[in-house]
This record gives sequence, C-alpha cells and structure tokens, in this order.
Amino acid sequence: MAFYGVELTSRLLLGTARYPSPKVLADAIEASGAQVVTVSLRREAGSERGGQAFWSIVRALGVRVLPNTAGCHSVTEAVTTAHMARELFDTPWIKLEVIRDDETLQPDVFGLVEAARVLSEEGFEVFPYTTEDLAVADRLVEAGCRVLMPWGAPIGSARGLNNAYGLKAMRAHFPDIPLVVDAGLGVPSHAAAAMELGYDAVLLNTAVAEAGDPVAMARAFALAIEAGRLAFAARPLEPRDMAVPSTPVFGKASLGD
Amino acid sequence: MNLIRVMPAKEREQRVGRSRAIVVGAGIAGLAAALELAERGFAAEVIERGSALGDGACSWMAGGMLAPWCERAMTDEAVLTLGAPTIDWWVRRFPGTVRNGSLVVAPARDAAELPRFAGRTSHYEWLDEAGIGALEPDLVGRFRRALFFPQEAHLDPRRALPALADLLKRRAVPIRFGVDLQAVAAQADLLVDCRGLAARDVLPDLRGVRGEMVVLRSREVSLSRPVRLLHPRIPLYVVPRGEGVFMVGATTIESETRGGASVRSTVELLNAAYALHPAFGEAEILELGADLRPAFPDNLPAVRRASRTLYVNGLYRHGFLLGPAMARQAAEMALAMDQERSDADLRERRSA
Repeated sequence: MAFYGVELTSRLLLGTARYPSPKVLADAIEASGAQVVTVSLRREAGSERGGQAFWSIVRALGVRVLPNTAGCHSVTEAVTTAHMARELFDTPWIKLEVIRDDETLQPDVFGLVEAARVLSEEGFEVFPYTTEDLAVADRLVEAGCRVLMPWGAPIGSARGLNNAYGLKAMRAHFPDIPLVVDAGLGVPSHAAAAMELGYDAVLLNTAVAEAGDPVAMARAFALAIEAGRLAFAARPLEPRDMAVPSTPVFGKASLGD
Repeated sequence: MNLIRVMPAKEREQRVGRSRAIVVGAGIAGLAAALELAERGFAAEVIERGSALGDGACSWMAGGMLAPWCERAMTDEAVLTLGAPTIDWWVRRFPGTVRNGSLVVAPARDAAELPRFAGRTSHYEWLDEAGIGALEPDLVGRFRRALFFPQEAHLDPRRALPALADLLKRRAVPIRFGVDLQAVAAQADLLVDCRGLAARDVLPDLRGVRGEMVVLRSREVSLSRPVRLLHPRIPLYVVPRGEGVFMVGATTIESETRGGASVRSTVELLNAAYALHPAFGEAEILELGADLRPAFPDNLPAVRRASRTLYVNGLYRHGFLLGPAMARQAAEMALAMDQERSDADLRERRSA
C-alpha cells in the first residue's frame, strides 16, 4: 500500500492525542506497529512553537508524521495551519480537517474541497477527512487528493461504521485511490469490518488513547486490521438467505442402530 | 539493608541532625520536602528565586483537589497509591484541609460518561437526585445521577502554601526569597532541587504542559466540595474556595506557550461553570490564569539522585496530591545519603 508514493506495510494510522502520557503513547505506537501517526497542531500552540517538547517526543518515535489541521473551522485557518505543519515537520503531507462545528465535528465539505484545492496547488499531499458522499469525493479527487479518508462515524463517538453501504459504494467508485476509514471507531471489530470492505487502512485515536489499557488496545486493533485485510484478500462469502450445510447430508452414512 | 530506617525516630534525628540541606524552590514540592527533611532532623533551608510565596510557582495556580480516586479514572495507578495517604498528611499539617469528598456529574446528553468513569476507579457511591440534593442543595434538579467519592478532600493552595511556610518557620527553617540556585549550590551538604520546569537545564526529559484556570465569585451558588463535570472533550472541575470564590480548572494542553489564558480555553472553562449552575453566568471573574506544569514522559513524578543532589520533579497535575509523597521519598533518600556519608567519614578516620 502506498500513500503519495510512500510504501507502507502497516495499515494502521494512529493519532497522538489524549493518551494518559507520552510514555503510554510511545508504547501504544510500538505495540500497534503503526508507521504513520497524526499530530494535531493547535493554533494557539503552533503559532509560538509552544508544542515543541511534545512534538520532539513524537519525532523521536521514528515514525512518519501526518500533521493534521484538527480544530480548524475555515479554509483560511486550515491553510495557515498546513503551512505551519509543513515548516515544523518538514513534510508535504497534511491531514486536512475543516470542521463544521465543535458539537458534531462533522466535516464542512465545501470548505474541505476549497482548502484541498489551495493546498494541492501549493504542492501539499492532502489526506482529506471527509464523509462517504461520492460527489464530494469526486471534487476532492479533482482538487488533487490521491487519498480519501471518509469517516466511520463522528470523531470520538466509538460507533463503528455508521454507513457500511456508503463506504462500500465508495470503495467500488474509487478502486484506484487509497481509502482510509478515519474516525468513529470504537473496537477492533469495527476496524476489521472496514478492512473487509476493502479499505486500504484505518486511522484512529480515541479508541486506543482512552481505552483502559491503550497499549493492549493498540495491539488488538493491529491484529484486527491484519485479520480484516487477510479476509478481504481471501474473497469472503456473500450472505445468503438460506442455510447451506457445511457437510453434505445426502448419502451420509447412517450410524448406530 | 538500611539500618537508619529501623531506628526510632528520636535517635535518628540526633544521629543525622547535623547535615545541612538546601531546598531550591518554594512551590509545593520544595516546601513539603523541606518539612519532611526538618521532621527528620536535617538543618534545612529553602531558597526561592521569586520574591514572595507563590511568585512564579505553578503551585499557586493549582486546583488543590486531593482526589486520588477520581484521578485514578484518568491516570496511572501510582497516582492513587501515592496519593491516597497524602490526604492524612494534609489533614495533620493544614487545618484548612476540607474532607468533604468530591462529586462527579455529567450533562444529560453525556450521561454515558459517568459509568465509564466509574468503571475505571473505586471508592465511590452512586447518588440519585435526592442524594445529590442532600450534599449540594444548589445542584437540586440539575443532574439526575452523580458519583460521590466520600474519602476525597480539597484545600486552597494559596492558604496551604503559607501554612507549610509557617510550619517551617516553627521548625526554624528559613525561606530566603530572591536567591538563585547558583548562589548556594556550593554551600550545602545536600541539595534538594525542587525548581519545577526551571530544572530542565539538568532534567532534559522534563516538559511543560499548559494549564489555564479561572477564579470566579458568585454569591448565588454555594458548594461544599469540588464538582467535576465530565465532558467528552474537556473534563473540568469547580472547586469552592469559600466566601463565594470558586476556582474553575483546568485545561491540559501539550504546549509550552506562556502568557494569558486563550479565549477558547476561557470560553470552555466558563461554559463548564455555567453548565454546572446557570447562576455562574452572573458571577464576577476575579482572575484568569495560565501556567506550565512540569511533567516527565510518563506524567508521573520522580525523585532522582545525582551525587549529592536530589531532584524532586514531574508533579504535573498532581502537586498537592503527590508532592508530600515525593517529599517523603526524597527525605528517606536523604537519610540514606547521610548514612553513606558518615560511614565514609568513619572509614576515613579509621584509616588515618
């Protein structure tokens, strides 16, 4: 699997917020095998290099950083944050979030498309946090995105895949674009379900960070993602309406009296 | 085997009473360490770079909750095991310690946060509306359920620090203000470095974690204990300080930016107060504060040793809860170091 030409073996992308401590974060990332972590640049911290101490911990983990524009509500804010991220982390990658409001944390898809266009033109490699809406996805690809990241459910809600049908349709419509389910997952089976739909990867944060044991949960997600991917590659059965006995009944030897 | 630990306290005091310990920093870590040292017979002294108690100390901005069981829901078990005995430490030394328990509530639409929180800790009772009203009459009708942690306590850091300074004075432990570490480093047998974030020149894995708080005054709301408001984004608390004064805290931001509270944080803090009780809408804002808490990568405190210096640091969000436990650890280590030194002296004299 490759994002913008970067080959990766792990299909789990992990966020770095809300862990009990940087130490737990580091251990969880190690347990997950993730090769990419997202880092949120809060504007109030980034503007004065305030998060330096935390970011140097993240950099020291030796994984690839995908900075994100979490908490940005407008195109201008997101673009400014992306500029800051490029400078701080020396990467063209940007996870683009343009948020409608703080209650739903739903993407503002109009702002998202506009910001994606601006940033792609400036040479950024954009990972847009979007919905499963196909028309929006078309516009994002037109704007230059070569990865799409539809939500499973609202950020932090732990609900899993709210619209598995929509996500499936998206996979069918974009067979050649890497697709990542981003946000809303709660338990490893949610991640396995996303992988079984043929998604290339899964991005999550809260489900690991706020678990009772984040390190064990990171490992559980890694295993589920591997299982789901293997299952997809193994071409699973389609559901049927009627029972199909796994052992033929006809001609079965009759035992006993 | 450390013989000093099994000696009766009195004998111990006499034996090690001559060692001179300089404690650097008059925040909660330094004052508690000085007190524990003095209680073990050390000739202690505190130096503080600031000009008065609380000057430049993030302890001054603390919430002052002694809530190890609530903290357990969000942090490492060590915070509970080290913190639970601290409540008695405070009760014995500071009469202003209020042991009224603490309350945890959630807005109706975030009600699921309560059992989640409860599932991660212990020593609580579930309260219904009547139960909440019996403890906090002003919260009647505002919340259907709450968690009550009866053994928890709280204090006002701005009274507790002067009280510790007073205890030190009675033990003839001076606090010298406006004195820098460099001025005294050579004079001490033992240096106890409690400088907080300022010690990152020697503790490179220390980082600052920004916290912001608001102090309000309301004559309409009265609370007898700290109330935590669970919220999926920003868990906040309101601590009563008496005479209508309330501290609302605190944000936790991985940033080392100094300077005033941000508008966003202030809005969140004030929203929490308002969600707890709408009468806070009419409250007067007495203070908006921000500071950096010193934290190690595991967010747990530690006492580290380098030759004759002990570093007490990394108290993060738990200065008043864990400071005394760290002080005790440091004082015990100091005793052991003293023993090493007198053993070495003895060997020297014998071989002379």
